[in-house]
Amino acid sequence: MTTKRKIRVLIAKPGLDGHDRGALFIARALKNAGMEVIYTGIHYTPKMVVEAAIQEDVDVIGVSILSGAHTTIFEKIFRFLKEKKAEDIPVIAGGTIPPDDAEELKKMGVRAVFLPGTDTADVIRLVEKIVH
Amino acid sequence: MKAAKAKIKEKEAGQSRGEESFKNLSGFEVRPLYGPEDVSGFNYKKDLGLPGEYPYVRGVHQTMYRGRPWTIRQLGSLSSPAEANLRIRQLIEMGATGVSICLDMPTIMGRDSDDPLCKGEVGSCGGVAIDSMVDVRNVLEGIDLNEISINFVTNAQSAAVLAMFCAVAEERKVPLNRLMGTLQNDILKEYQAQKSFYFPPRPSMRLIMDTIEFCSQHMPKFNPISISGYHLGSAGATPIQELAFMLANGFCYVEEGIYRGMPVDTFAPRLSFFFKVHNDFFENIAKFRAARRIWAKTMREKYGAKNPRSWMFRVHTQTAGSSLTAQQPENNIIRTTIQALAAILAGTQSLHTNGFDEAFSIPSPRSEKLALRTQQIILHESGVINTVDPLGGSYYMESLTQQMEYECYKYFEAIEKLGGVISAVEKGFFQREIAEAAYRYQKDVDEKKRIIVGVNEFIEDEEHEKELRLVDPEFERKKIEDLKKLKRERNAENVAACIDEIRKTAKGHDNTMPCLIRAAKAHVTLGEMIGAFRDVFGEYRDMKIF
Repeated sequence: MTTKRKIRVLIAKPGLDGHDRGALFIARALKNAGMEVIYTGIHYTPKMVVEAAIQEDVDVIGVSILSGAHTTIFEKIFRFLKEKKAEDIPVIAGGTIPPDDAEELKKMGVRAVFLPGTDTADVIRLVEKIVH
Repeated sequence: MKAAKAKIKEKEAGQSRGEESFKNLSGFEVRPLYGPEDVSGFNYKKDLGLPGEYPYVRGVHQTMYRGRPWTIRQLGSLSSPAEANLRIRQLIEMGATGVSICLDMPTIMGRDSDDPLCKGEVGSCGGVAIDSMVDVRNVLEGIDLNEISINFVTNAQSAAVLAMFCAVAEERKVPLNRLMGTLQNDILKEYQAQKSFYFPPRPSMRLIMDTIEFCSQHMPKFNPISISGYHLGSAGATPIQELAFMLANGFCYVEEGIYRGMPVDTFAPRLSFFFKVHNDFFENIAKFRAARRIWAKTMREKYGAKNPRSWMFRVHTQTAGSSLTAQQPENNIIRTTIQALAAILAGTQSLHTNGFDEAFSIPSPRSEKLALRTQQIILHESGVINTVDPLGGSYYMESLTQQMEYECYKYFEAIEKLGGVISAVEKGFFQREIAEAAYRYQKDVDEKKRIIVGVNEFIEDEEHEKELRLVDPEFERKKIEDLKKLKRERNAENVAACIDEIRKTAKGHDNTMPCLIRAAKAHVTLGEMIGAFRDVFGEYRDMKIF
């Protein structure tokens, strides 16, 4: 008999910006949905995010960005994931991201981009779907 | 009979729509009808007074907008100083009477454009990159500093930016005592909500008080601080929390000033505030009225201020960025209009209306213009400015105002019990309260207890054409080149001496402004000034609340 491991999620807020309302909210919402959530806090570098994800053995990385620096930050996250041979960890994004950029991020490998006004249930469903 | 019937109908309607829809954003029950019994004990002269008179509930000026319209203040920043300058000129051309200048993320975090930590963020967030006084000079090129009030959206780095502004004014031969404008300069709300801080709270407070003291001595027309509820609200604070935490912060600055030996009336007249107007129309108006009464009473009775200007709660307002939706973005024009009207009926001194596309981008030229025109239409077409405080005396409004005031004092007591504002920050009190409120709000939206048009009701599958403002992708590289050139061409010895002086002054108790101004003139960069402070004060890590 195997007990099913709880889904482990890293919520990260990389970059210089401190607007953490969304990150704090989604961290709590995922936890209430039965997941294990590790929140990095603000001002993590992309490298620290990737290291934390590996160290915490998470199933998903959720990245919150409101500063407009999403393209550079995601490029770096994917580069470090590759360097550490951890490209299999799925990455999702949330924040104020222009729709065209959201498409770019998806091409880069971001599994889903959640814009303001997203229903929390959609995020929970998606995380469950990509893990299981 | 008719009234009774109406009441029953109201109740039925309430039941079919669910209880929650009759609570305001602070969570207070709103009754179906208000009458004289709801304002019992209300004394017009004592509780309201005339506009322009203590306790200023009806407004800080006697004639309000009949005498002088509020300042139409829009954001005039954009990545490069030259572009920001152009945008400011365009706004003035369109009729703006004030501008706010936001900073990019590196400047907000006290770092120069060439700092490796800042890669990809130079010129971000619709903010301007300020590395040295040259950038401030370029932003303000050709702008009449006696005519247009500049609001610098600076916080932890305020002293450095103020020093650069003073250096530019001197260069342009504008005496400091004629400079108008405002610094945001409110560090307490950074720890509580916006989280752009570098030093621990106490040395940060010292730098804030340095600027307040310097301005009180040399810049009598300048507001050295804009104590902000806006960011608390954006992080999720309810209107009552916004009111209570903002005022508590305000009183904390007053006490710091007094503790430092500054007589209250030497600096309190220049303390200004910054509110957010969110969606609940009347509740948000009551928030302003309560703020004016509490500020006036406390300044006079508790802190012994004698100058009426010290009693006046003067406020800039911005419509609620966090109420904007990415879905059906044109709906945001309507939201912003309603919020702007609330701010004006509430008696704001200055107003910033948001662009409708700000849920996913910095505002495009079109959305920015519509936002500005919104204010002009209210001012010139709606007729709401024809009489002062048209809502004064409304049973509902006065009852709400009393309730806000009462609840506010309850929060003051709670903060006092924790040992005051700074101590409560260190204990994570505000951070937790605000995160809790943000969580409740989003849950209400998810569960449709709150309807947001286009988000959880009246949803459309949409593919709107979105016109966005493009940011020059080469900007970061060019900015770094300019900065390197500046560093090569300045007098290195002089720069080193200035940085050393900043460090020494930081270790002592003297006001840091004079040495910062000297440094600004020597082209010491913002990152170097903040770096010198970092050496002395250390860095602060946020207390984790999750």
